[in-house]
Amino acid sequence: MRFYQTNEFGLFALIILFGAFFALATPGFASVFNVFSLTRIMSIDIMIGFSMMVVIVTGGLNLAVGAIGVSAAMACGWLIEAAGVPYPVAILLALAFGAFLGAINGILIVRSGLHSFIITLATMSIFFGLMIYLTHAQAFRVIVPEFAQFGKLRLFGTVSALLIVSCIFAIALYVLYRFTPLGRQMLAAGANAAASELSGIRVDRTYIICHALSGALAGAAALMVVARNGAAIPSMAGHLGQDWLLPAFLGPVLGGTLLMGGRVSLLGTFLGSALVTMLTNGLLQLRVGEFWIQAMLGAILLFAVLLDLARRSYLQRRGIY
Amino acid sequence: MNARILRYLQSDWAGPLLIIVMGGAVIAALKPTFLSPFNIQVLLLAISVNAVIALSQMIIIGIGQMNLSVGAIGGLAAISFAGMMQVWELPPLMAAILALLIGLTGGLVNGFIIARTGISAFVITLASLSIFKGINLGITKAQPFYHVPDSVKAFGNTVMFGPIPWLVSPMVVTVLLVFYLLTRQRVGRYILAVGGNLHAAELSGISVKSTIMWAHAISGILAAMAGIMLVARLQLGQPSIGDDWLILSFAAPVIGGAVLAGGHVSVAGTVLGVVIVAIITQALVLFEIDPFLVQVVLGGLILWAVGMNRIREVRFQKSLKRI
Repeated sequence: MRFYQTNEFGLFALIILFGAFFALATPGFASVFNVFSLTRIMSIDIMIGFSMMVVIVTGGLNLAVGAIGVSAAMACGWLIEAAGVPYPVAILLALAFGAFLGAINGILIVRSGLHSFIITLATMSIFFGLMIYLTHAQAFRVIVPEFAQFGKLRLFGTVSALLIVSCIFAIALYVLYRFTPLGRQMLAAGANAAASELSGIRVDRTYIICHALSGALAGAAALMVVARNGAAIPSMAGHLGQDWLLPAFLGPVLGGTLLMGGRVSLLGTFLGSALVTMLTNGLLQLRVGEFWIQAMLGAILLFAVLLDLARRSYLQRRGIY
Repeated sequence: MNARILRYLQSDWAGPLLIIVMGGAVIAALKPTFLSPFNIQVLLLAISVNAVIALSQMIIIGIGQMNLSVGAIGGLAAISFAGMMQVWELPPLMAAILALLIGLTGGLVNGFIIARTGISAFVITLASLSIFKGINLGITKAQPFYHVPDSVKAFGNTVMFGPIPWLVSPMVVTVLLVFYLLTRQRVGRYILAVGGNLHAAELSGISVKSTIMWAHAISGILAAMAGIMLVARLQLGQPSIGDDWLILSFAAPVIGGAVLAGGHVSVAGTVLGVVIVAIITQALVLFEIDPFLVQVVLGGLILWAVGMNRIREVRFQKSLKRI
């Protein structure tokens, strides 16, 4: 397939097209301040997209990304504020906690043989409820200044430093899927579990690792939100963490990650999430009414899956796919 | 005689009923106020609305799909109901019918796209959840409609007789209609057939596409119904109605023995599942336990219920092999 026929090229073209349109339509869009805040939200949305993408690879999904993320962020806040742990250690422990919660999901799914939808629906409620119970719905506000400073850090005076974090994670995931046996096993298990099992891949263990990875990435995304807000707030992902679901699916679906599993597009997820954030920000700048944004995001998701369907049937008819 | 008792015990609703009776007895023994008329009225109010929400999801589980937009459709219908009465000053009955039509339209849109494209119901309803919720926020600007007519307020907050609130009546009618639909009507049987085995249903001459659309249309109407009932109970059209329905809407059907792969649901079991959730919520209040733990309990109940259903399924398959 030629490059200009790929999904990634389409997304890239759309980003440039809409970027130019918004920059011409509203003077505020290309301002230094807006580019900074745009890239800051963008990098968080990209991480949320990645955290869903790594389980979509297995053909499953993880509704608990928001709940796990908030739980990990609150754990980090507690470690720093109440337990007095130095912040680099606290960050690592929070990521490990996210991975642990993800692994619980994975183990429950593998052991019960049930679909990940119902398991993560239940754990989303459990994790979030326990987090609210333990924190009494109180925020950790006295987080070390390094966090907030990093959230305010600008590269070349405009781009948020958080984008570097997303890029590092993107490269790490690329290496994982492209060059390591574990990554290849994840893709194989997602594409055809029975065949992978017969080829000597421990499918169950691979699934659990995918879910743990998803939990860790959700934790990383939540820590970036903490850096942005300067505080760990229990409501940062909405009720039960539901507010993260839409961005979590928009990125991978726009990026061409197959919901059936077995195929992953890192660049696509990255660009898909970036496009969505840019559209949201641009529409806000155009003052179309902030309450209509959510309806538009839903319409974009609908449009994306329909477009993907049309594209695939077109390629199939032409015998390219 | 014994065989008959055994058959009852193996039915979907026996387990939940046993839990309700025993749990209710334990709670009543520890806290006598549990059985006070006021408390029963509060329980019945919660059960009335939640049962309709659960049935809305149950229909879709029956066809082997899921509907994430139940809450968004319900919320949109709720604010339309209140908004039409406040802004256009329509009579309540007229507004309620139009709100039900909005729910029907929402469900039909879901069903149409899913049936026509074959894309997973999860993604489509996630997208439509966001669209319906967005329209809701676009109309209300996140502000409630306060001017609900007194007749509607009275319907949601007065009792018929004893501790039985009026709000129970639409719930009972809905439950009976859904039961009749699933057991006696062609569409209901088609829904369960498609959920049980899509290919077999198709080969038997059932139109899978129109059945999927029917199921989503019914689900949309039921969601709208629950939204209207909540407006009557809360006495205002709040834009946040429906935000917290998702977990409950899955918990009650699976407690009632619904198979998530489709084809097998139990109306009685689902209603009993709603009762269990209501009793537990009420118990947490009575024993002054942190209300945030309700979420944990709900999640735990789902895990427990799907685990039990799974064990039953495995046993059932083993017994089939033996034959």
